[in-house]
Amino acid sequence: MDKIATYALRLGDDSLILGQRLGEWCGHAPALEVDLSLANVALDQVGQATHFLNLAGEIEGEGRDGDALAFRRDVMDFTNCLLVEQPNGDFAQTIARQFLFSHYQALLFEQMTAAKDTRFAAIAAKAAKEVAYHATLASDWVIRLGDGTEESKARMIAGFDWMWRFADELFLMDDVDVAAIAAGAGVDKAALRAAWDARIDTVLAEATLARPAPRRATTGGRAGRHSEHLGHLLSDMQFLQRAYPGATW
Amino acid sequence: MSDPSKEWPLWEVFVRGKGGLSHRHVGSVHATDAKMALEHARDTYTRRMEGISLWVLPSAQIVASDPGDAGALFEPAEDKVYRHPTFYKIPDGITHI
Repeated sequence: MDKIATYALRLGDDSLILGQRLGEWCGHAPALEVDLSLANVALDQVGQATHFLNLAGEIEGEGRDGDALAFRRDVMDFTNCLLVEQPNGDFAQTIARQFLFSHYQALLFEQMTAAKDTRFAAIAAKAAKEVAYHATLASDWVIRLGDGTEESKARMIAGFDWMWRFADELFLMDDVDVAAIAAGAGVDKAALRAAWDARIDTVLAEATLARPAPRRATTGGRAGRHSEHLGHLLSDMQFLQRAYPGATW
Repeated sequence: MSDPSKEWPLWEVFVRGKGGLSHRHVGSVHATDAKMALEHARDTYTRRMEGISLWVLPSAQIVASDPGDAGALFEPAEDKVYRHPTFYKIPDGITHI
């Protein structure tokens, strides 16, 4: 797959895997309204995945569409960051993941809206509005839980403890990013880091939470080196197409 | 069933469908604070482009008339048809009335 197609694939995989993870909350959230909140975010992510994966297939030009890429690839072919595949844990852990990722996505799509490649810019323009809301929603929950009861605070801290080591990977650049930037499609992710840090720190301060101590980053998702969790997620998500190839309804 | 005493407070939700229309009551949500109530209202009642503006207010703040007073409150209006503007002749060609 060429580098621009891979770039689209990564964006699609991030959204797809997070959407699937959030979908696991359906029917299990702490309140009916929160159930709907999480499902809405999940559906926004799956929508973004559809656009980016269809685009990846189109650029690849070998007849694969978004569905083929979502349901007929094995775990080592997925290029999502490790953060989005992390298990939901309790509600605070899910919120920690969403908070770190949505602020990254918000900055990314704000920039990509100005991309010269209009295919990427158009998807980003639609997604930017969605993820701006996700970032607000997640931030509000971080503040409520962090500055809440003793138990909610402890859970929020534990949630960040789990997720924090996967944050660095969001901003890593490699040859695919460089090629995408050169082609007018991509965003300099490393340059987003300072703004992301500032947004995260503002919310953490309001939530009366200390910034988690720096730790050795866990990376590898872009190269297909995933945690044990992704295979389990895929076995759920891909079951139908594995058992009944080509099934439609 | 969950313990009702542990449930979040109830908020009434009003949606303005489009510019020029008034906010209309559409239902209620549970939330711990006003901001959460707005977010829940957004996520519950405007998923299919139902509105351009939202109001939420604590259900406990609504003062309702007593159904037992309905007779005294509403029935006296029943025989006062002259309060309806139905005695005017409407000119031809007027459509939106």
